[in-house]
Amino acid sequence: MYNIETKNLDFYYGDFHALKDISMTIEKNEVTAFIGPSGCGKSTYLRLFNRMNDLIPNTKMTGEITIGGKDIYSKNILVDQLRKEVGMVFQKPNPFPKTIFENIAYGLRVNGEKDKAFIEATVEDALKGAALWTEVKDKLKKSAFELSGGQQQRLCIARALAVKPNVILMDEPCSALDPISTLKVEELIHELKEKYTIVIVTHNMQQAARVSDKTAFFYLGELIEYGPTAKIFTNPDKEATQNYITGRFG
Amino acid sequence: MTPLHIDTELYKLKKSLQEMWALVDKQLSKSQSALFDYDKALAREVLSREKLVDAYELKVDAECENFIALNNPVAIDLRLALAYIKINNNLERIGDFAEGIANFVHQGMSEKIPEDLLKELRLEEMFQEVIKMFVYAKEAIDTEDSSLAEKVFGIDFLVDNINSSSFKIIAKAIVDNPKKAEEYLYLLTAIRKLERIGDRCSNIAEEIVFYLDAKVLKHNDSQKTKK
Repeated sequence: MYNIETKNLDFYYGDFHALKDISMTIEKNEVTAFIGPSGCGKSTYLRLFNRMNDLIPNTKMTGEITIGGKDIYSKNILVDQLRKEVGMVFQKPNPFPKTIFENIAYGLRVNGEKDKAFIEATVEDALKGAALWTEVKDKLKKSAFELSGGQQQRLCIARALAVKPNVILMDEPCSALDPISTLKVEELIHELKEKYTIVIVTHNMQQAARVSDKTAFFYLGELIEYGPTAKIFTNPDKEATQNYITGRFG
Repeated sequence: MTPLHIDTELYKLKKSLQEMWALVDKQLSKSQSALFDYDKALAREVLSREKLVDAYELKVDAECENFIALNNPVAIDLRLALAYIKINNNLERIGDFAEGIANFVHQGMSEKIPEDLLKELRLEEMFQEVIKMFVYAKEAIDTEDSSLAEKVFGIDFLVDNINSSSFKIIAKAIVDNPKKAEEYLYLLTAIRKLERIGDRCSNIAEEIVFYLDAKVLKHNDSQKTKK
């Protein structure tokens, strides 16, 4: 498990200054929530942690991000290896058009794993880790698309867990889920923080309050306030934070 | 601009608490007049209106519960709802104490409290100070000015002092006039009730400071004496 450290980070889409002088430490074994209105930079920032923004043309970053003390933008970093260590779960569940078993095993096979017993054990561990095993253990050969939306999302979390990451990034992981599935994913997040560093972007402030240990509020590319979630949601230091979380702007 | 839904709901809550406050205010001032004017009819009026105070407490509690359940308030909105629940409960208790004082007038008094005893007990001053605490607390919440709430704590010390000296004075009065022993003991319990009203006003002031400044003064006398 690793801390994520950011120092004096600026990020640009062309001329647009999307993130402005961000410095913060995301602690290991904690869930950190990013909140803020659309366009505030929170997803952009999240995607910098596994270099997803590398794929977007005409972008520029200055400053430093280290994960576990390693500068993830240094030239000797292998991006594929980084993404193995920093797993990501997206807004909509995106299972592969394969069986439930193969969805989890795929990442292992891509990484050159051939030991059948090891793969089977890892699939089971990952599904248990994602609190999905009891629901799918008798239908591992079925298509992942036969699962409900909430189960598909937990399958995606299991897929991320299978390659033994240190950090899990979640970009609005429950926005396409019904309340029961949302609750299951949130329960899972609570369990996962024992083993992983978790960063979640959410528009649902109640969700941020429920699942996170620390909350960071972003506005117009700036980190306005960052602190313990209980403090942010009871007595924030900044008026802008209070106005946002009480629904009075944004 | 149209007010936000949550602001409309907050306005309704504030209005209900104001109504509760006005009701208890009347109970308190009527019990004061009943005590010093030896007015049994007014005392009966206080007794008969106690049920209304109880009913209002339930109404405000239910509204606070609904507000929390339906609006998921956070930060200052959450603190307001939490503070209102406790203020509401303290107001109801003040209503009970006012009823207790009225009950003393109605059942325990056979004549006006003798002038010299009244002066020695500083009972009128004590009642006025308690009313002042009640008024400061009300002004603090109406104007959202926590410095007014903090004034309440200073007055509470004075009320406590007057109360603690009353025991010996009543004891002496009983020795001087043993036939009045029962009545004077009853008077002592009324004084104790007045002191408890002061405490409840302090509790309310603490809740107002919590709501406005997010500071917890409960069980923290050193913080209060600094004010």
